[in-house]
This record gives sequence, C-alpha cells and structure tokens, in this order.
Amino acid sequence: MTSITAITSTVTAAFLGSFVEAVEAFTIVLAVGLSRSWRPALQGAGLALAALAALIVGLGPLLGLIPIHLLQYGIGVLLTLFGIRWLRKAILRAGGHIPLHDELKSFAKETDLLKRQASDRRADFLAGLAAFKAVLLEGIEVVFIVIAVGAGNGMLPYAGIGATAACVAVLAIGLAVHRPLAQVPENTLKFVVGVLLTSFGIFWTGEGLGTPWPGADLAIPAIMVILLAASLLSVRILRGARATAFEGDLP
Amino acid sequence: MNAIRIAFSEFIGLFVDDGNLALLVVVLIATVTLLVKFAHLPPLDGGGLLLLGCILVLVESLVRAARKKG
Repeated sequence: MTSITAITSTVTAAFLGSFVEAVEAFTIVLAVGLSRSWRPALQGAGLALAALAALIVGLGPLLGLIPIHLLQYGIGVLLTLFGIRWLRKAILRAGGHIPLHDELKSFAKETDLLKRQASDRRADFLAGLAAFKAVLLEGIEVVFIVIAVGAGNGMLPYAGIGATAACVAVLAIGLAVHRPLAQVPENTLKFVVGVLLTSFGIFWTGEGLGTPWPGADLAIPAIMVILLAASLLSVRILRGARATAFEGDLP
Repeated sequence: MNAIRIAFSEFIGLFVDDGNLALLVVVLIATVTLLVKFAHLPPLDGGGLLLLGCILVLVESLVRAARKKG
C-alpha cells in the first residue's frame, strides 16, 4: 500500500500527532530554561532524546520479526484505544464539558514549581529531571504514533518524516517567539488527530482480521469522514445540552 | 521499582483515560474477532461492525461524561 492517499494520511497523522506532543514538551523545557537555566533544560531534554533513540534502536528491529497480520492487528487495537481517548477528550472540550488545555497555565505551573525548588541544593537536578520527564513522556507518544501509523503498511520512513517535521516546526516557532505556544489551536489539532488515529486503528484492526476494505487504502479517508461526522454531531449535541442546562439554571 | 511502576502507569495512561471506554473498545474488538474467526462472520462485515461499534462506544462514553459533569 504505497498510494498517494496512504502516504498523505500517514504523513499528516504523524505530523499533527507529533506537533501536539512536541508543543507540550516544549512548554516544560522552556519553563525550565527560563526559570532555572538552559543547562539543566538542555541536558534533561538531550538525555531523554538519547533514551528515545536507544528505545527505537533496541525495539525497532523486533517489529520486523512479527508476522504482518499480527502486527497490523496489535497496532490497530492499541491505536484505536489511543485515538479514541484523544477524540473523546477533544469532543468533551469542544462541547464545553471540560476546560481547554492551556499551555500558559502549564508553563506557569511548572515555573512556579521550579521557583519553589530554587533553594533546594538539588535544584538543577530537579529542573533537568522535569525537562527529561517531559521530553521522554511526550517523545514516547511520538514514537508510538510513528510506529502505529507507519509500521502496519511499511511506511515508517514517511511517518518518521512527518514526526521530524513537526518537532522541527515546533522548535523553530518556539525559538522565534521564545514563549509557550499558547496560540496553537491545540484542541482542534487533538480533535483531528483523534479522528485520524482512530480511523487508522479501525482500519488496521480490520486488516489484521482480513477485512477486504472497499477501495483498499481509500477506505482510510472514508472511515475518517464517517468518524468526523459522528464526532462533529456529538460536539453539536453536547453544546446544545450544555446551553439548555445553562438556560435551565437561570432564574 | 518505583520508577518501573511510574513508567508502567504512564504507558497504560497512553491508552486508558476513561476505563469504561477502554474496556468497551477491547470487548468490541474481541467480540468482532471471535465472530470473524469462529462464527464465520464475513471479515468485511466485521470491519463495518468495528467502525459502528467504535462510534457507539464513543457516544456512550460522551453521554456518561456529560451527565457526570452536569
């Protein structure tokens, strides 16, 4: 499966998913760099990147040992769980039922924590640890997204390109503005990524079961459209329900 | 040991947020798999069932969350 449709959806899913994760990691590293110093921030982030590289080098070749249908099925199940979790949260946020994620709030929270630790003699270590943890955790999600959207159809290089482009874009924008990327429409991105990843998940699970999807890889955008329509309808219903509840509360 | 426990819970957290949602997705996939492999359900119908089931499971989780938040 190497059609333009498959390449485009793989690169887009990897780019958008990785972009959201990179923004979150960047916020913490920036908080460490600005409120403590750049040395622990860069050391922590660098160590996490090295750990991620070791993880990829160590586990990557093992993927080749798994039979393709089993790999597609396993990835499909995990991707469905991962994507539907993002989609649920994004729909609830868009519907006004849970607050939107705020990068400025995350930045302020991390900065506040680091300031309180400033008198600790291990302050540099704790700051580096915060950067390490943020980059490692968000990085693991990026690695998972790349493997999940790319490994089932031999498109790992395309997924890798999408993820790398996202990380470079976040870094470039972040270095240019030198503050948290609060203007990024994070929930819209998470909404789209949730739809993309869940669609890939359903497609791969089906492939693993031997489903002869109509149109082969063209089924991916078709699944996306159906899922997107259901998700947008859900947002609309949730907003309506919230407005009705709000009106009911008025005296 | 603590670090391993934290790493494990973070890994599980990648896939499980609302426990009920995750459980229903797993049950849905397991049911479709059993139907396709042992009850001779055509795989294409299985794929369609997966898509429809995921939408229903998602809607159920949203309704539950919305009721909980009020």
